[in-house]
Amino acid sequence: MPAVQETVEQVRRIDVDQYKYGFVTDIESDKAPKGLSEDTVRFISAKKDEPEWMLAWRLDAYRHWLTMREPRWSRVDYPQIDYQDLYYYSAPKRKAGPKSLDEIDPEILKTYAKLGIPLREQEILAGVEREGTYSRVAVDAVFDSVSVATTFKEELKKAGVIFLPISEAIKQHPDLVRKYLGSVVPVTDNFFATLNSAVFSDGSFVYVPEGVRCPMELSTYFRINEKNTGQFERTLIIADKGSYVSYLEGCTAPMRDENQLHAAVVELVALDDAEIKYSTVQNWYPGDAEGRGGIYNFVTKRGDCRGRNSKISWTQVETGSAITWKYPSCILRGDNSRGEFYSIAISNGRQQVDSGTKMLHLGKNSSSRIISKGIAAGKSNNTYRGLVSAHRKATGARNFTNCDSLLIGDHCGAHTVPYIEAKNASTVFEHEATTSKISDAQLFYCRQRGLSAEEAVALIVNGFVKDVLQQLPMEFAVEAQKLISISLEGSVG
Amino acid sequence: MPMLEVENLHVEIEGRKILEGLSLAVNAGEIHAIMGPNGSGKSTLAYVLAGKQEYEVTQGRVLFEGEDMLAMEPDERAAKGLFLAFQYPLEIPGVTGMNFLRTAINAQRKKRGEPELAIPDFMKRLREVAKRLGIEPEMLRRAVNVGFSGGEKKRNEILQMALLEPKLCVLDETDSGLDIDALKIVADGVNRLRSPDRASIVITHYQRLLNYIVPDVVHVLSKGRIVKTGGKDLALELEARGYTEYQTEAA
Amino acid sequence: MKTAAETALAEAFAAVRAKLPGDRRIAERRAAAFEAFDALGLPHRRVEEWKYTDLRALIREAKPLAAAPDAQAKRRAKGAGALLAGIGARRITFVDGAFVAELSDLVALEPGLSIAPMAKALAESDPLVASRLGAIVPTDDVAVALNTAFMGDGALVRIDRDARLERPLHLVFAFGSDTASATFTRSLVVAEEGAQATLIESHEGPDGIDYQVNTALELFVGDRAHVDHVKIGIEGARAIHVSTLMASIGAHARLRDLVFTTGGALVRNQLFVRFAGEGATLALNGANLIKGRQHVDNTLVVDHAVPGGFSRELNKSVLDGESRSVFQGKIIVRPGAQKTDGKMMAQALLLSENAEADNKPELEIFADDVQCGHGATAGALDQNLLFYLKARGIPQAEAEALLIQAFVGEAIETLEHEGVKDALMGAAAEWLGSRKQ
Repeated sequence: MPAVQETVEQVRRIDVDQYKYGFVTDIESDKAPKGLSEDTVRFISAKKDEPEWMLAWRLDAYRHWLTMREPRWSRVDYPQIDYQDLYYYSAPKRKAGPKSLDEIDPEILKTYAKLGIPLREQEILAGVEREGTYSRVAVDAVFDSVSVATTFKEELKKAGVIFLPISEAIKQHPDLVRKYLGSVVPVTDNFFATLNSAVFSDGSFVYVPEGVRCPMELSTYFRINEKNTGQFERTLIIADKGSYVSYLEGCTAPMRDENQLHAAVVELVALDDAEIKYSTVQNWYPGDAEGRGGIYNFVTKRGDCRGRNSKISWTQVETGSAITWKYPSCILRGDNSRGEFYSIAISNGRQQVDSGTKMLHLGKNSSSRIISKGIAAGKSNNTYRGLVSAHRKATGARNFTNCDSLLIGDHCGAHTVPYIEAKNASTVFEHEATTSKISDAQLFYCRQRGLSAEEAVALIVNGFVKDVLQQLPMEFAVEAQKLISISLEGSVG
Repeated sequence: MPMLEVENLHVEIEGRKILEGLSLAVNAGEIHAIMGPNGSGKSTLAYVLAGKQEYEVTQGRVLFEGEDMLAMEPDERAAKGLFLAFQYPLEIPGVTGMNFLRTAINAQRKKRGEPELAIPDFMKRLREVAKRLGIEPEMLRRAVNVGFSGGEKKRNEILQMALLEPKLCVLDETDSGLDIDALKIVADGVNRLRSPDRASIVITHYQRLLNYIVPDVVHVLSKGRIVKTGGKDLALELEARGYTEYQTEAA
Repeated sequence: MKTAAETALAEAFAAVRAKLPGDRRIAERRAAAFEAFDALGLPHRRVEEWKYTDLRALIREAKPLAAAPDAQAKRRAKGAGALLAGIGARRITFVDGAFVAELSDLVALEPGLSIAPMAKALAESDPLVASRLGAIVPTDDVAVALNTAFMGDGALVRIDRDARLERPLHLVFAFGSDTASATFTRSLVVAEEGAQATLIESHEGPDGIDYQVNTALELFVGDRAHVDHVKIGIEGARAIHVSTLMASIGAHARLRDLVFTTGGALVRNQLFVRFAGEGATLALNGANLIKGRQHVDNTLVVDHAVPGGFSRELNKSVLDGESRSVFQGKIIVRPGAQKTDGKMMAQALLLSENAEADNKPELEIFADDVQCGHGATAGALDQNLLFYLKARGIPQAEAEALLIQAFVGEAIETLEHEGVKDALMGAAAEWLGSRKQ
């Protein structure tokens, strides 16, 4: 049997039930009644003790949502979601609100420890030694619908950086939130974003003041724990003039037979000369080998390069979810602004990925770069969908796009759907795409050097995605590399 | 007991018979040269020893240190100490030579139940070997064989061999496409590995390489079997008289 | 809600259906096709395949069906096809959508070649029509449905097994009427196993009249057959032109196709090509030179349904004024179509600030052992190259012309027929000349 054939066999046998993060944390939780209505929206707002304007904003969104239809243009296939059969709010039961980590349910802390997130500041302070430097990461952890802990608050405060659960920011910094919330992804933007606007429960808020370079990586870990619970987090990051921030997002969920809905919204605003780097490692539960269970991930992420010379860079490693519908985009409004999108999307089993980006060039001499690496195995379908457009006034707009697909086995599909719209003569757009497979000869060469078939596939895939891995902060890159091996596990076993 | 024993090996690929009753015994400490015209089955022998899948063994057996090697996966054979220097080394985009070698060496060690090599130790060894073979460290930071010249690829194979320290080295036409300086470097790499516990099989079409790697035994392969075996002088004889007589003899 | 154009089409169909050529079976197919159109209406931007060419918005009114050409119309159409006058092609001429014998050359057909007007073939229930029409690459495309409903005349060509045509066939479609009207032509060309032919279509008409053309060609390329097909679009400045090629390629056959467009206000060229046998080769090229407010859309779907197909697509657009070019290219590799080698390149050269180029090169791949890729570029003339040429003493305008010709030349070069190549390069040069004025 040729090596690739063998790989294919093993992909077929993939046992996603080995999903490493598929444990359930046994905690009591406080839920909103099942289903969605104005009352649900009011319930959530009241739980969060929100000001009146916030409730009005949510209700606007809800009423608009009722007039919208679920989009079906992407290459994903799933049964109709019953929006009345979901819980829209679930919080771990607890006392008034944690004053310190000690007040957090130890079960939750254990969960995050299992996920490898060092929540306790002392652990983090100890740092991880890498090439002689100490790296420290401030973490906001979101459990089902609420933020349970944010670390490093004090040190960030000294730098003037605001890093808070968004529910807190609404209360503590209403002016900032009101000014920017919904300014990148309008309330009426799309079905899932509008739903999020109505029922979002928590998420992170970051404001980096003028001229400040955020002293550490900021990070949020999302975990869906409760059964039948939609997770609707909302993240808003504002980098004021001349500032810089790097933000990391990680996601996991336990195994559940039902499909859990995740519809997040992330909005980024970069003012003049500011830079935001946003990295995601997503390994939500992908469902089992027959496609049962798994997360439906319908996410709207958009960055607005509002200022001159601003820069927003998205990096994503997508290995999880039964369905991924996600297009982190950049509105390149400022002159000389720059957008980047680096993506690794791996699909195995019966996963369906439809992901890509939009680069909308509005400002003069704006530039963008897209590197997308899709790997399809098992019976999955993996689609890159991207739009690059330069408007009339975006003279000197430049884009370079490279999207490569790698197929493992002949029961999967890899698709590329780019839209390239040049509306003025000084545009320079370049796009290239290739599709290939791992050759038998390459595999044999690696195996002759002592690598098992599985190690060989992982090595070759890691080589294939290298250009993207390099964009990740060091800690994340290592984690991502491991994740790639794990998600192709059973691809050779 | 010989290190490698090949007995009456018959091999087919896609129904075509390539090896038809090849037998060979290589003892530790020996260097064997296998010479023969194009199409005689030299590369097939190399691939079958390493375990390439599309070759079907229809008869015979191969024992490596007394164990049935044909039952092993290619990576198991590598961990046991078999190294094949490829005639056409493969490119692996995006994977640096350094990373490739470290992954390989540790995968082998793991299979042998040895501890993994720490990065500093690995780097030290790599630097030493690279220096000896005249390979710039810069080359190891590039993706494996990507954009390498033919000579660079061959030298890279020898570097991998020197680092992995196999028991049995099989060099498949490693001399093809090399100029004289590169040839000397390759030969030097092989000679350095020469030791009482190691053996090599040097597969070549020409005698030239054997001026630098002096074999203990020379075999002539024709139409899938060994038709003559002799000392190092046999190679000189072949160089002078060509393969014609063996080709007709076997036919 | 129906648009005025959709309503007019429905009324027109009701009025003419009884008079259109064909037996009962054809009449039923016309009715079914019109029903299919009627259910969907004119395609609009929410229909993915028509995203950039919104016919519902662009076709405000549907013109009445063109009347049979009178002597005047024929006289006006006499000069049609002049671009290729020098190549000695066998001409088959259609004026206002109807075959005109006196402008066609059907004498002394080479052995193995048969040609009939489609209207006649439909009326006489030609067996080739019965077995092949609509069956080469079945599609539910709306433009094709409209064509099937209204198809009047066209060419029915058959080239027998192993027949090699020395003279190119030239289908000349000319608009000669002085009233704005619509034509629906349908042709079927069957190149049997091992046959070889060069087939040219040209479409032209006056600048002053806003006529409408919906033309379709079904092309069967049998096993081992070699066909070169060139479609030249030099319609009048106000014309709306929608064309569809439906081609299937047999085992080890070869199809080389070029769509060359300089004329027409709104042009949509659709090409649906299916690999029906293993080891076939396809080159599918497009060259557009457009200006003013022209809108030209080349949309193609290359369907690798069987293993071992080789396809190359190259689309070149040169855009001046406020023109807009659309390229949509989809390569499909179906499950099991291993060893497919498919590459697609779309390039747009923007000569004016206000031109727009939209490219959508798509890959849809369900087999792993394939080599597929696409590329797309959009940009202005390379200033460094321009400078280099000027530094060698070539004036700006000439240097630009040289570079533009080289740019579109790449798409034209792959043709075998020297005469056709020269004629098209000449047409490109003429376009460049007109640009300067």
